[in-house]
Amino acid sequence: MPNMQKEKHPMPTRSPEERRKTFGEVALGYDEETAVSEAERCLNCRNPLCMQGCPVMIRIPEFIRKVAERDYEGAYEVISASSSLPAVCGRVCPQETQCEKTCVRGLKGESVAIGRLERFVADRHNALSRGKGDRAPHVSNGHKVAIVGSGPSGLACAGDLNRLGYDVTIFEALHVAGGVLVYGIPEFRLPKEIVKRETDNLTENGVRIETNVVVGKTLTIDELMEEEGFEAVFVGSGAGLPRFMSIPGENLKGVYSANEYLTRVNLMKAYLPGSDTPIRHAKRVAVVGGGNVAMDAARSALRMGAEEVSIVYRRGEEELPARREEVEHAKEEGIVFRLLTNPKEILGDEKGEVKSISCVEMTLGEPDSSGRRRPVEKENSLFSIDVDTVIMAIGTSPNPLIKSTTKGLETQKWGGIVADEDGRTSRPGVFAGGDAVTGAATVILAMGAGKKAAAAIDAYIKEKHAG
Amino acid sequence: MPYKILKREELNPQVIRMEIDAPLVAKKAQAGQFIILRVDDVGERIPLTVADTDPGRGSVTIIFQTVGKTTLKLGAKSEGDTIADFVGPLGRATETEGLKKVAVIGGGVGCAIAYPVAKKLSSIGCTVHSIVGFRNKDLVILEKEFREVSDRYVLTSDDGSVGEKGLVTDALKRLIEEGEAYDEVIAIGPLIMMKFVARLTKEYGIKTVVSMNPIMIDGTGMCGGCRLSVGGETKFACVDGPDFDGHQVDFDEAMARNAAYRDFETRERDEYCRLYGK
Repeated sequence: MPNMQKEKHPMPTRSPEERRKTFGEVALGYDEETAVSEAERCLNCRNPLCMQGCPVMIRIPEFIRKVAERDYEGAYEVISASSSLPAVCGRVCPQETQCEKTCVRGLKGESVAIGRLERFVADRHNALSRGKGDRAPHVSNGHKVAIVGSGPSGLACAGDLNRLGYDVTIFEALHVAGGVLVYGIPEFRLPKEIVKRETDNLTENGVRIETNVVVGKTLTIDELMEEEGFEAVFVGSGAGLPRFMSIPGENLKGVYSANEYLTRVNLMKAYLPGSDTPIRHAKRVAVVGGGNVAMDAARSALRMGAEEVSIVYRRGEEELPARREEVEHAKEEGIVFRLLTNPKEILGDEKGEVKSISCVEMTLGEPDSSGRRRPVEKENSLFSIDVDTVIMAIGTSPNPLIKSTTKGLETQKWGGIVADEDGRTSRPGVFAGGDAVTGAATVILAMGAGKKAAAAIDAYIKEKHAG
Repeated sequence: MPYKILKREELNPQVIRMEIDAPLVAKKAQAGQFIILRVDDVGERIPLTVADTDPGRGSVTIIFQTVGKTTLKLGAKSEGDTIADFVGPLGRATETEGLKKVAVIGGGVGCAIAYPVAKKLSSIGCTVHSIVGFRNKDLVILEKEFREVSDRYVLTSDDGSVGEKGLVTDALKRLIEEGEAYDEVIAIGPLIMMKFVARLTKEYGIKTVVSMNPIMIDGTGMCGGCRLSVGGETKFACVDGPDFDGHQVDFDEAMARNAAYRDFETRERDEYCRLYGK
């Protein structure tokens, strides 16, 4: 008999007071009994709607059933047949808008906690199998494929191609592999140990990762294909250049892009005492934007010792693009939400240091092309907030490096690489996916794109050699 | 994969030249481009301009002044030691095509970056007048190298202990007044020097290119830390530069931004010096 408890088991978390002082992970994970009891809430529907909500179509009821049966390795096998990064996705996927949104249990109560169960299964597997490698030794099929970027799309694409026998080399511009998983998403949401575990898994299975190679500069795609013998290239180079608002004062000292702030904290470990990378120890911070990146930046600033951190967002609570859970966590930790507020200017002192940000109040008008209600400025509503640091978290535009150095690679007007559903670009043998194609999106969508491209690359190379 | 130091040489008490084993970078790097390195696993990423390359040997030469913790740590390495990371070439190469007569201005350790530009110009048959300035005679670097690639070489020092007493702008003004007609002036050195070179050449209407060296992290356009105002627009030095039109750059803003972490940098350096008795 299924467990008919209406609510999902809550995720054990650190207390907000403790969180304000540590970069340790916020969500602590289910223990075994909680996981089994949660798994028993699944009705194992004949037509599982949850699966349709999953971008990589994990056989969700099947893995949950294995958890209920306490066959955790069996559950891991089911998940890893579809997902390359279970421990990552169990943490950062927006399940509430995907698999859990369509769960039947959600009609009368809360959906099954699919994400929490995925995390439980992955963590348990990783704890038990540490250092053993996942699979049988790699048997090469003699074909080389290059992957540009070691973020979620690149890792997923590499994993699948490696499994199919390809000799895969990932080229990463930074000094460590993981892309946004290491420079962007903070430790308290995704411990870097978990990312390292995933990249180590790949290298143990025969994938080569070359760090410190900027494709487009150190090597071009043409060189990879014409001189280095790669038969296909997958471009998963991510979202790229941070956007600013083009308001006065954005180049004052104390104004960061979220990318820069998070990179200093996460990748360069500026939060640890031994790091050589400097960062402002801000007291009063305004983070402009309402997405997950804005929440990550705000909550990082708090942990770096800020006394007051505000989110400044021009629309309302309903419109915040961040995951509900992240917004709730931020609120619990004491982040101030200044909604329906839009910055007009950042003001500095005589040394060029930020001292305040002036803003106007907004109201919401008719829905715009994005379907969200359009923010309209209220007259005579100008006011200012005293801050010493401003973090701009209003999105990114694609990096031009690869576009400008690859012959025959078509891009959209806004800079994204043109690719079909399976990742094929205008250039034969070159595939692309993730944020480089879609603009900033989610880890799971990027991973899904990497997997589709892997299948398309396999078909492309097989076809080439069949002729 | 660590990168080996093939050669280490002190050019003056504060300036060190190192040849690093980095074949992929050596094959590609052009004058004006830069690399980013990290000395060790807790190290920060710092940009340094490529001073020379030897594609045959697979090596890249960097020249740096030991001013902060990272450059002190780097300077303390010996031949045969390795550094953790070395990536490049980044940024755009200096544009030299079609230039017939150029004044190359180098200030202090900026000469390390000015030299490859002078060398490149000389190699394409351009007339090169190099004007280099130092605080005093003990700090002079690359004199022999500059002379080899320059049609005229003017050395200045602040205190007159070597060459002409005065600033590079004095010498440049004199040459222009003497009737030397330059297609372009390329100035590389401290921000304050580049600011005044640009101010001078604006009076004479001579196109002037400056090489900016702002604070950076990734160097590939991801962080936006290296942004500066050029002609009222925000540009990223790492992907749009590092060379910019000197008449358009907001030098005062750039100087303020470069000082963003001065307190931290001073503290870190002092602590390092105390620990290692430097």
